[in-house]
Amino acid sequence: MGQKSRKIETMIHYLILAVLALLFLLPLLWMLFASVDPHAKQALKVPDSVTLNNFKAIITDPKLIRSFWIGLLISACQAVLVVIVCVLAAYPLSRYKMKYRKSFMTTILFMTSLPMTAVIVPVYQLFLHLKFQDSLVAVTLFLTASSLPYAIWMVKNFMDSVPLDLEESAWVDGATVLQGVRKIVAPLMLPGIFTVGIFTFTGSWGNFFVPYILLQTPEKMPASVTIFQFFGSYGMVNYGKLAAFSIIYSMPVVLLYALSQRFMSKGFSMGGASKG
Amino acid sequence: MEIADSRVKVKRLSDTKKSLLFLIPSLILLLIFFIGPMVLTFIFSFTNLALTGAAAKHTEFVGFENFTRMFEDPEFRTSVWNTIVFVFFSAILGQCLLGFLIAFMMKEKNVTFRRIVGLIIIAAWVTPEVVVGFCWVAFLSDNGTANWLIGLLGFKPVAWLFSFPMVSVIIANVWRGTAFSMMVFQSALDEIPKEVEEAAHMDGATRWRIVTSITIPMVKGTIATNLMLVTLSTLGVFTLIYTMTGGGPGVETTTLPIFMFKQAFVSYQLGYGTAISLVLLAIGAIASLIYMKILKTKV
Repeated sequence: MGQKSRKIETMIHYLILAVLALLFLLPLLWMLFASVDPHAKQALKVPDSVTLNNFKAIITDPKLIRSFWIGLLISACQAVLVVIVCVLAAYPLSRYKMKYRKSFMTTILFMTSLPMTAVIVPVYQLFLHLKFQDSLVAVTLFLTASSLPYAIWMVKNFMDSVPLDLEESAWVDGATVLQGVRKIVAPLMLPGIFTVGIFTFTGSWGNFFVPYILLQTPEKMPASVTIFQFFGSYGMVNYGKLAAFSIIYSMPVVLLYALSQRFMSKGFSMGGASKG
Repeated sequence: MEIADSRVKVKRLSDTKKSLLFLIPSLILLLIFFIGPMVLTFIFSFTNLALTGAAAKHTEFVGFENFTRMFEDPEFRTSVWNTIVFVFFSAILGQCLLGFLIAFMMKEKNVTFRRIVGLIIIAAWVTPEVVVGFCWVAFLSDNGTANWLIGLLGFKPVAWLFSFPMVSVIIANVWRGTAFSMMVFQSALDEIPKEVEEAAHMDGATRWRIVTSITIPMVKGTIATNLMLVTLSTLGVFTLIYTMTGGGPGVETTTLPIFMFKQAFVSYQLGYGTAISLVLLAIGAIASLIYMKILKTKV
């Protein structure tokens, strides 16, 4: 009896999961099919003929290509800045007994979960005031600051698991603190650093809200904003091109996600390094 | 060796102060772009700050005027209600519960099957928010896939985004966010030792009994943290709703972030807009404090 009901339960689970997976797949499948369909419509349909013209139209449009480069520039600069700044900040937080360390970390944790959407109005006002408006540099810095709390939190925890004795032996050999961080600590926590970097890049690449509000000049807009504008002006008419644009735009984050899985699966076997 | 050791100690002590320098870049960035704006939110919400009109030239403190206006504004009340509905159905019922159920059902299933199902659900999560918006606008449009599907079941087509706009954005948000909860719960469920459940089974406990009195209590902490994290991130959702419905039709899908955007950047009432963000920030801060409390009891 128990065996049998267990088997039925397993079957039901498989069935429900299969249906759910199919439902989750449909919107994505539509995008894939529409992108190669010369006559793409709103409904999911296997294309009668396959074309790459939709993709060609997107990658030959200099305006769109430009927005891809700008998006890449913002996201890459932000990711690199976040990594450098948060590794620096995590170091004393992880290594030294400071008076305010605990309250600092609590504040950081508190900040990680605040909805950043909420501060955009005063940030906009601040940008107006400081003449930062429409500045790609300022937007990148703002985005960097907004991802710092979680980055510091994560990197500090990664760093806690890097043993101190390795660093100490480097000091004995005459290395400065900064050299110790660069040559010993950072390489040992590379998986953690890459995780934070990839996470930051992905978030930034998909961020539509911040550039949409803080930038004005159409030529300065990153891909997340141009794809929205493209949707507004052609989307309802040309579904094929929109789908192709969406796929090209999603590619970097999909690839990075796959890459990050590599890092994750390698695990963090840092404890062993000091014994070896 | 002894000398070297003490030299290292001296080095560590003398460098303690110096290494505070390491914190300076973070502190500057956080002060200018994070803490500063938060303080400004507080100050601006008591002013009549505006981009156009008479108030644009003379910004003054207006006391609680923005707040009294807000509480009398029917649109504000609607957007608070919409936010509650959106968060409850898409974050708590949708993402958390569905994520848990998927993770639970995936337990001890065929590895290849698990991998394929997981990959599809995660693909939705990896897709950028704007693209998710388009996919769902197309999916739910009059001639879209959703109407084709219900047509197969014998139902008449529905103008989803006009007749059921809130349902539409909730479904889209569940689609996008479930993967996160699923992954969180998968790793939590994997950590439960098999023996515990087996022992209960031996003792004659029913399946339902095992789930409710063993499995769920064992991942209680994870459920609580995940619930808070998902609630917090759903509270700030702007892009998905903005691309799908723009907060409409009328104000039917106007949540607090959309309402704040409309007031500040469409009507240019920055003072009023910041008062709304202060409310959003306060809700977020409370949720965040609860979340920290849960974390502490868990660790």
